[in-house]
Amino acid sequence: MDGKGPGAELAAAIRRRWRRSLHIRHLDSGSCNGCDWELAALLNPYYDIQRLGLDFVASPRHADLLLVTGVMTRNLVDAALRTYEAMPEPRLVVAVGACAVGGGVFAQTYAAHGAAAPTLPVDVHIPGCPPRPEAIIQGLLLAVGRA
Amino acid sequence: MHTQTKAMLEQCPVPLDLRRAVAPNETLLACPAADIARAAAYFVSRGAELATMVGLDLEPLGGGLAIEAAFSLPAFDEFIRVQADLEGGASYPALTPAIPAAQWYEREAKDLLGIDPVGHPDPRRLVLHESYPHGYHPLRKHVDGVAQAPIDARRFDHFEVHGEGVYELPVGPIHAGVIEPGHFRFSNIGDLVLFLDARLFYTHRGVEKIVEGMAPGRALFTVERTCAACTVSHGVAFASAVERAAQVEIPSRARWLRTLLLELERLYNHVGDIGNICAGTGLHAGTARGAILKERLQRLNEALTGHRFLMGVVDIGGLRTDLDARALNEQGRALASIHADFSMYADGIFGVDSFVHRLKGPGRLDAALVTALGGTGVAARASGVATDYRTQHPHAAYATVQPRPVVETGGDVFARTMVRVREAEESFRLVRAILDGLPGGAARTEAGRLPPRAAALGYAESPRGANVHWVMFDDGGRIYRLRIRSAAYANWPLVARAVPGNMVPDFPLINKSFELCYACCDR
Repeated sequence: MDGKGPGAELAAAIRRRWRRSLHIRHLDSGSCNGCDWELAALLNPYYDIQRLGLDFVASPRHADLLLVTGVMTRNLVDAALRTYEAMPEPRLVVAVGACAVGGGVFAQTYAAHGAAAPTLPVDVHIPGCPPRPEAIIQGLLLAVGRA
Repeated sequence: MHTQTKAMLEQCPVPLDLRRAVAPNETLLACPAADIARAAAYFVSRGAELATMVGLDLEPLGGGLAIEAAFSLPAFDEFIRVQADLEGGASYPALTPAIPAAQWYEREAKDLLGIDPVGHPDPRRLVLHESYPHGYHPLRKHVDGVAQAPIDARRFDHFEVHGEGVYELPVGPIHAGVIEPGHFRFSNIGDLVLFLDARLFYTHRGVEKIVEGMAPGRALFTVERTCAACTVSHGVAFASAVERAAQVEIPSRARWLRTLLLELERLYNHVGDIGNICAGTGLHAGTARGAILKERLQRLNEALTGHRFLMGVVDIGGLRTDLDARALNEQGRALASIHADFSMYADGIFGVDSFVHRLKGPGRLDAALVTALGGTGVAARASGVATDYRTQHPHAAYATVQPRPVVETGGDVFARTMVRVREAEESFRLVRAILDGLPGGAARTEAGRLPPRAAALGYAESPRGANVHWVMFDDGGRIYRLRIRSAAYANWPLVARAVPGNMVPDFPLINKSFELCYACCDR
């Protein structure tokens, strides 16, 4: 990804629009942990998204973008909304994985409300169960292009 | 049945009614509801260990509510299941006062089925948070599995510690890193934790209700997504429960390949977890190198099966598709190289004195507490409790491909990390042995017909301990009830007990050393 490809494009867009740093807040709204582990993989030396100007931050107050994984469970809907509301504007929301995109195998149950939308206003969907790390980088590029 | 098991059942002070031998090592018994706690306490006094508990609503089959406790007899590779019909009622004497390991199972059956364990010391909600209304029990058969119950706005009913200088520190459910959600309520004096109350089940999705009415092959797809990091062990446990109920033997190639998948799952988890322990201590080179090794193992998973987490490979009756001989050969060589790098990596991090010093001491658990609370897997083996379903209840091909037991006695973060390192070394050896001895033939057989209303246990040793699935079918071979007992579910109560007496900043490290999945536990 050095020099060209989605990684370089993403780095250039981040330099331009966010003055080199796009901060991401991860929100697990009821994931099976698969998407979460692929997000963690983005920080390993193979993908190393920090070199592109991206980083995961500890608080939604520091975040430009919310990455949502998992079906929206009833036990988490309140925490999910409060996380979103704590973010400064403008803010982006990216749904990662089959569950956050469309409900996945869990969808509507007594304990889950399906996809991240409409609870949260999703800008970009990244499908996959779970999506590979490269797909997540590609999805972030899409999100950045829309901002 | 082993003669000692038979003798134990004959000497039981409670009248037991032998229902049937479900499998060569699994026996179903019935006893009066009023006596189940006494029977359970007797079994435990004779060396049995609680494997799972299941609440049942048999109303559509002409019955009522029932409760079942399943026990492992590790010395003889046997399981005994005791079922009690609640005879039109919805209560029974709680097992927890005599068997603390039963605490969560009983609270869960109370939430999901409205079965009241009389005399239970902790009557609070567990799986259903306080937002669910009173009297709502979604696993009752007449309750719609899709409809949402109205929101009841009560606050978390947590334990409070009072005294001079005591303050509460609430953490979560949304954490600072890329971590699953859970809420921890610390009661501290200064830096010292006095008490920790954990509220979990935020990722409760209703997996067990979703699969009701599904054919087993379709349900497997959902069951595998109970937890991505333990997907193979959940898949194998579920598939083998179905196969045991149908009394089907899978081909030996399938058993060996399942063993391979289980060990590959253990490897990438253990190696990744060791890297994360480095993250918890600020040993950045160790974190980065651990992450590289984990990524290489996940790429190997993908090269072999097409999936970085090994999803979609296990099937009812064996494997969905046989693994390619050339890929197995190539990846065997890749694995040898990863193994060499891992051994060097482990030597390297344990050569850093400040790292080793940081791991020794925090989060200590003794063997008696682990046994009383029903601990399993790495957490138990690090406290000197030699429990491992691979050797005690050999499944897949573990009767032939035998792991050497790994036990440490320190019970602290260091011991849990050491168990992972030694087990990873052992898994590399097992994978090599599997690749060298892999039998030919088919990797799948037809699942066969399920006897009406059959119920059976299935189990597999996951990277975190024993996953135990209890499955019951209806008259048409569809799932009537599934109960998933994951290793994380058995071990979470241990975490809350390992933290008090430690400093608040040690909590992340102690928590990482258990490395329990929330998704596995919450379902």
